Amino acid sequence: MIPTLFGVAVFIFFLMRIVPGDIVELRFSGESSYASKENLAAERARFGLDKPLWHQFVTWMWGLVRLDFGTSMWTGAPILEEIKLRFALSLQLAIMATTVGVLIALPLGVAAALKQDTWVDYLARVVSIAGIATPSFWLGILMILTLLVVFHWLPPMVYTPFWVNPWQNMLQLIWPALAVGYRLSAVATRMTRSAMLEVLREDYIRTARAKGLVETLILKRHALKNAMLPVLTVTGIEFAFLMGGLVVTEQVFNLNGLGLLFVQAVTRRDYTMTQALVLLVASVFIIVNFFMDLMYGWLDPRIRYR
Amino acid sequence: MAINVPFDVVELAAAEAARAGWWGTVKDFCHRRPVGAAGAAVVLLLVVVAFSANLIAPYDPEKVDFAAMLARPSAAHWLGTDAFGRDVLSRLIYGSRTALLVGFGAAVVGATAGAVLGVGSAYFGGRVDLYLQRVLDIFIAFPLIILALAIVAILGNSLHNLILAITIPMIPRCALVIRSSALSIREMPYVDAARAAGFGHARIILRHMLPNVMAPYLIMLTSFLGQAILLEASLSFLGLGVQEPTAAWGLMLRGAAVDFAESAPWMAVFPGLAISLAVFAFNLFGDSLRDALDPKLRTL
Repeated sequence: MIPTLFGVAVFIFFLMRIVPGDIVELRFSGESSYASKENLAAERARFGLDKPLWHQFVTWMWGLVRLDFGTSMWTGAPILEEIKLRFALSLQLAIMATTVGVLIALPLGVAAALKQDTWVDYLARVVSIAGIATPSFWLGILMILTLLVVFHWLPPMVYTPFWVNPWQNMLQLIWPALAVGYRLSAVATRMTRSAMLEVLREDYIRTARAKGLVETLILKRHALKNAMLPVLTVTGIEFAFLMGGLVVTEQVFNLNGLGLLFVQAVTRRDYTMTQALVLLVASVFIIVNFFMDLMYGWLDPRIRYR
Repeated sequence: MAINVPFDVVELAAAEAARAGWWGTVKDFCHRRPVGAAGAAVVLLLVVVAFSANLIAPYDPEKVDFAAMLARPSAAHWLGTDAFGRDVLSRLIYGSRTALLVGFGAAVVGATAGAVLGVGSAYFGGRVDLYLQRVLDIFIAFPLIILALAIVAILGNSLHNLILAITIPMIPRCALVIRSSALSIREMPYVDAARAAGFGHARIILRHMLPNVMAPYLIMLTSFLGQAILLEASLSFLGLGVQEPTAAWGLMLRGAAVDFAESAPWMAVFPGLAISLAVFAFNLFGDSLRDALDPKLRTL
């Protein structure tokens, strides 16, 4: 875990330094009268950009060790403060979308597996392949369009935290959650279907049937429980992806989440912010993966870790 | 795995088809997997459209016509015009060039590089394998779109750089899948035989191992095709991919398409349909290919 995170940190640190132009140049680019060499140098010194690269890296690392992410180069505000608000939104959206996705995927995938090669199966497969093929952001545009044309209503454009006004909050976030959740459901449906198909052919299912167990009980206890492992994996990976990868959907729904913050940080060459965000998203990914592994061991006692 | 797997008819059919030559394989595939064949047909249609875009497009896709701004779909403009009076149908047709170029470019390069890395990693094993896996882990921990974004920011906006930006995140994902298949191939007697015969590493990897991971390679390739097209659309939509006035589906959804969505919905609807249809077709084909080649392999 730590070595991977360290690798990510090194990678993003140098990646950002390779990107042409820095924040100082970008700031002054509009105001040529102030962009004297002295002013540029003074600004760079303020951010510590005049120091050698290794010095900058060590300073940043030392901050990370003390959980001090520093301040945003662009706004000057502490990075933790900047991220906190957006993190709440992104986390809530990711949870909602995952819920929507799983609620669609489980019944659909199980039904498709049980009725393999019937119209149910074909329908489930078409719905799920279409879900992977449809860009979520376009689905979002269509949703807004439909709401506007048919109901003459638009979801609220300003974010209200859940704890302030749950109803307003839901009215705004349910749409992106549906758009993104559909995509997630597509991935999970396919996984559920193929995992169920595989498990249903196992010997212990035949044994369970042979001893006359009720079919629903076989499905619930013997088949579904064992088929859940790969489904859990893709859901976890997708969830981790949702935390930082919703750049485009956030744009469509005018949401101020982590994705948007990331695009802004990269285009503004806000090194500290970009680095912190990448580390955050990578940590979420790594932690989710770690918990997946733990869940594996718990769900499937045959898997043991040395 | 259970022991009582039904006898694999598909594999047998594939072996028969191999004897019948490639035309036999194609006919066999169409016969056994009509859905996949339908997907392949749409892909083929797209390729034809992309190649003959200059012949079939009714208008110049970049020609601005202020007399016909935001025109409704009509006999003159089948799918209407956009905010600059450009014909939507023509832009869609030319956009297929961009989509296929980026899709094939990124998928072929990404899957091939991933396959070579994956096979190499499995072949050498030991320390090489360990370090390579760590490096790939780092890349995978980066969300796909974020890595692509950073690369476009570094290299600047051009079609080549866009393809590269989409390719790089795909390499580690492919390498992981191919590596797991290659691990079992490394244990095959013929690899030992090749080593005993004194062949070099490069020859063993390229001639003896790589051809044997063709099934997962082709499957990853087809699944990347759709993903690359989607990613290109997303990046172009953000303004970080293909730049105006080049015709690209994602770009057509950007800006005015959203602003005028209520009064001119054709601008927002048709490009999205084109993206969905293309990716849908690639996925249908890829799915059937996977079922035919390696039913146990799981891709997204």
